Amino acid sequence: MSTDETGQGGPAAPNSARHPHGQGRDLVQLVTPTGERISHPEFDYWVRDVTDEQLCSLYEDMTVIRRIDVEATALQRQGELGLWPPLLGQEAAQIGSGRALRTDDFVFSSYRENGVAYCRGVDLTDILRVWRGTASSGWDPYTINMATPQIIIGAQTLHATGYAMGIQNDGADSVAVTYFGDGATSEGDVNEAMVFAASFQVPVVFFCTNNHWAISEPVRLQSHIQLADRAAGFGIPSLRVDGNDVLAVMAATRVALDRARRGGGPTFIEAVSYRMGPHTTADDPTRYRDANELEDWAARDPISRIAALLERKGLLSAELQQDVKDKADAVAREMRTGCTTMPDPEPLDVFKNVYSTPNSWLDRQQDHYARYLATFGDPAGAVSEEGAR
Amino acid sequence: MIKEFRLPDLGEGLTESEILSWKVGVGDTVTLNQVIAEVETAKAVVELPSPFAGVIRELHEQPGAVVEVGKPIVSFEVADDAGPAPSGTGGASAGARDAGQDAVEDVGRAAGQATGESSAGTPKREPNLVGYGAVVESTGRPARRPRTFPAAGPADALPAETRPAATTPAEIMPADPMPAETTRDTDKTPAVEHTAAATGQLAGERPRSTPPVRKLAKDLGVDLARVTGTGPQGLITREDVQHFMGSQSADAGSAGGDAADLAGVRAGQGERETRTAIKGVRKFTAAAMVQSAFTAPHATEFLTVDVTPSMELLARLRDSKEFAGVKLTPLTLAAKAVLIALRRNPALNSRWDGENQEIVTFHYVNLGIAAATPRGLTVPNIKDADSLSLVRLAEALSALADTARAGKTAPPDLSGGTISITNIGVFGIDAGTPILNPGEAAILALGAVRKMPWEDRGKVALRQVMTLSLSFDHRLVDGEQGSRFLADVGAILADPGLVLTMV
Repeated sequence: MSTDETGQGGPAAPNSARHPHGQGRDLVQLVTPTGERISHPEFDYWVRDVTDEQLCSLYEDMTVIRRIDVEATALQRQGELGLWPPLLGQEAAQIGSGRALRTDDFVFSSYRENGVAYCRGVDLTDILRVWRGTASSGWDPYTINMATPQIIIGAQTLHATGYAMGIQNDGADSVAVTYFGDGATSEGDVNEAMVFAASFQVPVVFFCTNNHWAISEPVRLQSHIQLADRAAGFGIPSLRVDGNDVLAVMAATRVALDRARRGGGPTFIEAVSYRMGPHTTADDPTRYRDANELEDWAARDPISRIAALLERKGLLSAELQQDVKDKADAVAREMRTGCTTMPDPEPLDVFKNVYSTPNSWLDRQQDHYARYLATFGDPAGAVSEEGAR
Repeated sequence: MIKEFRLPDLGEGLTESEILSWKVGVGDTVTLNQVIAEVETAKAVVELPSPFAGVIRELHEQPGAVVEVGKPIVSFEVADDAGPAPSGTGGASAGARDAGQDAVEDVGRAAGQATGESSAGTPKREPNLVGYGAVVESTGRPARRPRTFPAAGPADALPAETRPAATTPAEIMPADPMPAETTRDTDKTPAVEHTAAATGQLAGERPRSTPPVRKLAKDLGVDLARVTGTGPQGLITREDVQHFMGSQSADAGSAGGDAADLAGVRAGQGERETRTAIKGVRKFTAAAMVQSAFTAPHATEFLTVDVTPSMELLARLRDSKEFAGVKLTPLTLAAKAVLIALRRNPALNSRWDGENQEIVTFHYVNLGIAAATPRGLTVPNIKDADSLSLVRLAEALSALADTARAGKTAPPDLSGGTISITNIGVFGIDAGTPILNPGEAAILALGAVRKMPWEDRGKVALRQVMTLSLSFDHRLVDGEQGSRFLADVGAILADPGLVLTMV
């Protein structure tokens, strides 16, 4: 499914979103875990245009990003990547929101939103550069209107708010969308970003994927109220949506985007999902997590859910499944090849992309470093690591 | 072709992993990413997906083996055009390497190492923090070529008139007979050279030399103002200093500034430092102290007590028939007090068995006594000291001290201690924070007995006072138990009659 250029217009945003005073409110859900499409008086409107074909496309996207995730995890286990943060279980939250964006919207994400990056059209090899340790960032943010992933927890929310202030000054109707997790809502950066976003009423969407675990810290320790209710303290309307329901996520994201484009200011979306894998490949969740919990969430698997919906609609043909699998395998192959044939950086590459214009200090340092490298025994090895191998 | 898969760093900065099980056997055909093994790292149990599609040729490590990162664990027979396998004939950069090497070298890059030689093998790596990072290797660094200043380099950038006179490298860096210092010297010379060349030498300036040479001169006690520099623009070189030293020294024999002369000078004239190899008791003591200080969290308490009644008791006992010929000291009574107090506070007589996750509480006391011997500190112990009468204890203490001083302590007497006393009072010291003899829960330091004005029955009187310092392993002993024990020892020494209330 291509990036959504529609979603403008429509009725005023649902009331419940404007007045986020309730506690323990229900999740917005459009598809049940068994694949039943249930109607919702406010949110049905926002996905009225989603065709069967697009549903299949969403299914494909989610399957593909799960495959990307599996492949990258394998690459890490095989020593090809230093680390990888799996997104297993969060496919609907990423695809549902990522596919609701316009190309001129700008994404500021954490390190786990590789599915969102896929929606933005990122080169698959670029996703891996940082994790392979060959580059300090993977891509030029302006080519896909998505900043490179932020490792510092929650820092990207500030960038998004700042960018949204810029949009406001430009008088544009694009939106800055920032992704972060449940743990990040306890960070100062996220709170500051929300204060500024509310003060200036800037077009930013705070998309919080509540995957229930901040590494080993359960969300219930982080917040005694629902995360969506935290937004009320900043005067930011919020939505609490079933993050494993791709349609509900898409509807909620469109509501928030629409408000932002109309000058209605920020929205906070809590997408309730679950991190079914480890925090990163260096983590072992069995040490702190109850296996029953994982089982409960596996029953709400986002891909099974959309597959069940397609099944009910008679769309889940063997052909579709094979096509999707082939696509996923092809993407995985492309990524693996891109990873294992990625050239190692030259020592002097560290000076590249530091300043946009020539800088005499940096040139000086580069010159010194080059001369330092030249003092090593093998002149070829000094300049090129590869040459010495 | 055969492809080896080397154990990658499966976490962040891990150095080894344990093979838990193989999911495949030799001869099995595996597909890419098929799980072939289960491996446990310091952080997690993980499944290893096969990096190749092919046939298993060899399993290099058996289940249960702890394998260093970078060691081959399995070999595959793969088709020559290895397909998606990382060692494809693709990019020139990654081309000739296999996945295992990639894995190892990625680690090197992550550690910020510019490893120029992959053939150097896998350097030994040790974690510096649990689970994070690894120490930077001291080996495997590419060898640096000696510099060839000033033939090329920054000097060329200087204006011609301030450029140093054309010299050959040999003139600036005379062949130094001390190889260990050559590198340092040559590393620094050029930098100073340029500074000096840029500023020129002004009248009244201190003699021109380089920091290592100034250090050498200072160490040798040479006044650089008296040395004639032979380097460019009068720069005083290492050789000049050594030469000067040689000509000054009667012991040096010849006037040549070579290493033998220098060594002679160092040994013959006022030696400013002595370097002694770390070995023997010193090495053992150091290791034991480091181990103790950094594994057992030490807490130390002090108690100053009026021991006049104990000193009076000692005097009476010395005169008694029973103790005739027996050496009695404050240590004797303190040791007895410790043994009595331990009965009431058994936690102080225990051991932390981290391996088995158990606390061992001893029902006997092997009382260690720190002894200064000619070879260094030893802590022989008296076995089952709690079962000895005061006479036997006094005899055992003096025998132990004599044997230790003669350097004849038998190894069994040095092991198996359960608690120790160190008598720092014999050196006139009042108090300290003793470090536990490794494996023991407590150590008591006895201070010197001093005559001091002290409160006695409501008045200030000249009393004999001693400070007790008790260190204990806070894993085993809480402040309460440590305090009660120390109070008991103090109470006995302050009023030996109180023993009647304790036993």
